[in-house]
Amino acid sequence: MPSITFIHHDTRAETVSANDGDSAMYTALLHGVDGITGECGGGAVCATCHVYVDDNWLGKVGTVGADEDELLEGVASERLPNSRLSCQIKITEALDGLVLRLPERQV
Amino acid sequence: MVATVTTASPHTPPVLSFGGGVPDDASSQPIVHLDVDPFAMDFFADPHPTHEVLRQAGPVVYLDKWNVYAVARYAEVHAVLNDPATFCSSRGVGLSDFAREKPWRPQSLILEADPPAHTRTRAVLNKVLSPAVMKQLRDGFAAAADAKVDELLERRSFDAVADLAEAYPLSVFPDAMGLQKEGRENLLPYAGLVFNAFGPPNQLRQDAIERSAPHQAYVAAQCQRDNLAPGGFGACIHARVDTGDITADEAPLLVRSLLSAGLDTTVNGIGAAVYCLARYPQEFARLRSDLSLARNAFEEAVRYESPVQTFFRTTTRDVEICGCRVGEGEKVLMFLAAANRDPRRWADPERYDITRKTSGHVGFGSGIHMCVGQLVARLEGEVMLSALARKVASIEITGDAKRRFNNTLRGLESLPVTFTPA
Ligand code: HEM
Ligand code: FES
Repeated sequence: MPSITFIHHDTRAETVSANDGDSAMYTALLHGVDGITGECGGGAVCATCHVYVDDNWLGKVGTVGADEDELLEGVASERLPNSRLSCQIKITEALDGLVLRLPERQV
Repeated sequence: MVATVTTASPHTPPVLSFGGGVPDDASSQPIVHLDVDPFAMDFFADPHPTHEVLRQAGPVVYLDKWNVYAVARYAEVHAVLNDPATFCSSRGVGLSDFAREKPWRPQSLILEADPPAHTRTRAVLNKVLSPAVMKQLRDGFAAAADAKVDELLERRSFDAVADLAEAYPLSVFPDAMGLQKEGRENLLPYAGLVFNAFGPPNQLRQDAIERSAPHQAYVAAQCQRDNLAPGGFGACIHARVDTGDITADEAPLLVRSLLSAGLDTTVNGIGAAVYCLARYPQEFARLRSDLSLARNAFEEAVRYESPVQTFFRTTTRDVEICGCRVGEGEKVLMFLAAANRDPRRWADPERYDITRKTSGHVGFGSGIHMCVGQLVARLEGEVMLSALARKVASIEITGDAKRRFNNTLRGLESLPVTFTPA
């Protein structure tokens, strides 16, 4: 099982194991990781699953689609070049060890 | 209300008794028939005990009164919502099957559509109601909520339904749509009609349709481009005609979707939240001590009361739900409200708990049709609850809460309350 580390805004780190094929958002909710709200359940509607992808992983998580790009314009915390919606990041073995930083706010 | 439970004998699988053409299959589970009318006044008065009967009876039940299958447990409701290829919306999300009966109004291009048609119209509304648009609306909606609560504090005693749950959305949503000032009194009756029409041909539905002509005429006119102010949701939908995403014929119908589903739903959502906070003062106290809970307090009210109680789907093929065979072309009724209080999914489901992890509730649906206006609803709910928490010390219920009856929506007709200022 790939593991993902979520680093909270206050620098606290939480490492959880993910099921292959689940989204990073779903993994966070499943393990009760606060800091990802995921109000729309991964429907790419709400932009409350915002994460900053660690620079070392940016090349591996895929690219931002047009719809995601538009949604990212609505995130509550600052949008940065490494901003992603975690419901659009699908976990695979290749992402074992992925590091995602959580923004200050989701709404 | 007493529900009589009759389990069909295993030798005559009930699925065979109503023209489904499902082959006899010894491995499939018998489906329990229930003598429950979930569109009757006595049911509406207190649906929760019957919801429990429905959940307990099995993963799928059959309601003889209206000849429909029904799911009331969380797992099955969620599964049906998330399999739109098998459980379609294009044959109507009410009892009426559009394959057999003409819809009472031109079919919705989003709610009553399946992929790929749905995908295209949904993308348009997603953009019109996006998080970025909510950011722009936020301050105005919050200021209007503050002003409304200030005004109610002056009055101290009032009706929390008409003067708050209805008045607040009416003070922000029609302007956000870009509607003209005249005729807005048609909006709530029109929405009441739409949500009654998803139900069976009972008195509620018939009365609503009989009285519908003026409201339908109003809505049809307001959906036209010329009647919608620039910058509003309505104009933004019409602008998508220019970019080629939709046709000029489609735009008014998509505006109609927001007029149908965008007001009465939030009225009942905010009404539910105020009713919860008035009944559970400890939760109101928690909210007052931590304003950041406002958004979740609203979300939990949507789970707890489920303003939208039910929707239907129609099967596109023979299917097995949790071992129960359902034939092609059958209506399946989803009890969103029962799923939202299913003890199989929720700890202490009968408790209104503003710190509950609400994610996964189906009050806004789930999957591809999950409410496209959910961000508008949450914005209204959050800023209103935040205003109440900052300005009001206590909400006291000072008279009988009267229920409003609708085939799909759950909410109150009136709720006399008194506010004590903070
Ligand atoms: C608390 C308030 C609300 C509740 C409880 C609610 C509930 C729902 C539910 C359960 C669905 C799913 C329908 C299905 O699966 O067949 C839905 C869809 C929809 N809602 Fe809402 N809603 C609310 C507010 C709004 C608002 C404010 C708008 C418009 C601004 C809106 C517009 C729509 C539309 C157009 C759809 C159809 C989406 C689609 O089929 O893709 N709703 N809503
Ligand atoms: S969970 Fe809503 S956009 Fe990701």
